Amino acid sequence: MQNSWRFLYIHLTLLLALLLNVMPLPAAVKLFRPDWPLLVLCYWVLALPHRTNIGTAFMLGFLVDVMVGTVLGVNAFGYSVICFVVAANHLKIRNFSVLQQSLLVGLLLALYHLVVFWLSHFLTGVYFRAAYLWPVLTGMIVWPYIFWFLRRTRRQFKIQ
Amino acid sequence: MKPFFDRGPSLPLRLFIALLCSVGLITLDHYTDSSVQLRSYLTATVSPLFYLANMPQDMVFGASEQFMSQQKLIEENSRLKDTLLLQNGQLQRLQFLQQENDKLRALLGTSPVTEGQRLIAEVLAVYSHPFSHQIVLNKGSKDGVTNGQPIIDDLGVLGQVVSVGPSSSRALLIADNTHAMSVRVERTGLSAVAEGIGQSDALRLIHLPHSTDVEVGDRLLTSGLDGVFPEGYPVAQVIKVQRDARQPFLQVLAEPYAKLDRIRYALLVWPHRGTSQVDPQILEEMTPPEQGQD
Repeated sequence: MQNSWRFLYIHLTLLLALLLNVMPLPAAVKLFRPDWPLLVLCYWVLALPHRTNIGTAFMLGFLVDVMVGTVLGVNAFGYSVICFVVAANHLKIRNFSVLQQSLLVGLLLALYHLVVFWLSHFLTGVYFRAAYLWPVLTGMIVWPYIFWFLRRTRRQFKIQ
Repeated sequence: MKPFFDRGPSLPLRLFIALLCSVGLITLDHYTDSSVQLRSYLTATVSPLFYLANMPQDMVFGASEQFMSQQKLIEENSRLKDTLLLQNGQLQRLQFLQQENDKLRALLGTSPVTEGQRLIAEVLAVYSHPFSHQIVLNKGSKDGVTNGQPIIDDLGVLGQVVSVGPSSSRALLIADNTHAMSVRVERTGLSAVAEGIGQSDALRLIHLPHSTDVEVGDRLLTSGLDGVFPEGYPVAQVIKVQRDARQPFLQVLAEPYAKLDRIRYALLVWPHRGTSQVDPQILEEMTPPEQGQD
């Protein structure tokens, strides 16, 4: 398979995650929507840190900002921070079991939401509600599936 | 094993650059005025993604309409006809009242209130992020949409347009933290400022003294004082009044009439001619979509 197509697959999954992030959902389940782009990004940084790195994270975060309507740069900031933590510890995290990874991902998601909340609070004065943290839990639940799916397809397409 | 990060700057340096860029972006977006233009371009660039993300929902709705039984369609049709008849009847009465009102205003020597144009827009995306209550509409500058234009639906005021691309635009909902609007209590005529608090089911009336006459159930209408929303549209209903002497002001919460978390269609309103910020040329160029019914 061509090398360029392999790159494309990474970007394709990130794009799909972006679409999932803005797809209209009923109001009842909207608060529970996991942070798809961040989870997919975490996987790619974990698996191929020399391909997807802080640059990708920044651009993805910027796109999320544009599509979600937060102040430009807020999500880019959060994504870069999380990507840094994952990239700096990728060798350790890889050795964890999926369950342990899931817990760690929950911690990272909480950190991300905290960073975004702090910035938004500082900029636009939003108020905190515990319901904002639901995506942390749903993110932890979907992480094993994302991990399994992306690893399978990555091995299938021999992306390295 | 491949050496990681063999090319380019080290990891902390990359993080530093990314954070610097983020802070630069935040500053640019939040503290300068150039961001409105920038946002418009960006909205236009990503609008194909919104169309894509909307496709599954459109298909589901399309399929459900396709497979609706004829019986149901006939029922719906007759119900809609009844509604139309009723509303047309009310419109005739309204027209008469409008004329009368204009005459009375002419007698008083004030300028008549003219009805602006309207345009129906479909909602491409309702923002899911709790910190930003915004929607993306499928109408843009090609359709004559301008910044600051109010949007409403059949129940009440939704918000205002904040950035316009060629074929899509972004509107801030009244529930957003950064949104505030001028309202009037229908019963007493009292003016107040209604501020969003980031929840789709509540607004807050700010800076009202304890002696203010506000009760649960009061209707809040737009006052027209903010120069954005035309006068007289329903906004919200007061649901909670808390007189706590320890607080400097009265704590009043109101629930918006419009269901802000499940918007599918929105009505773009062009404010009254004369006082509007809309270029009059655009208004003239536009063909009124609903002239036959007016």
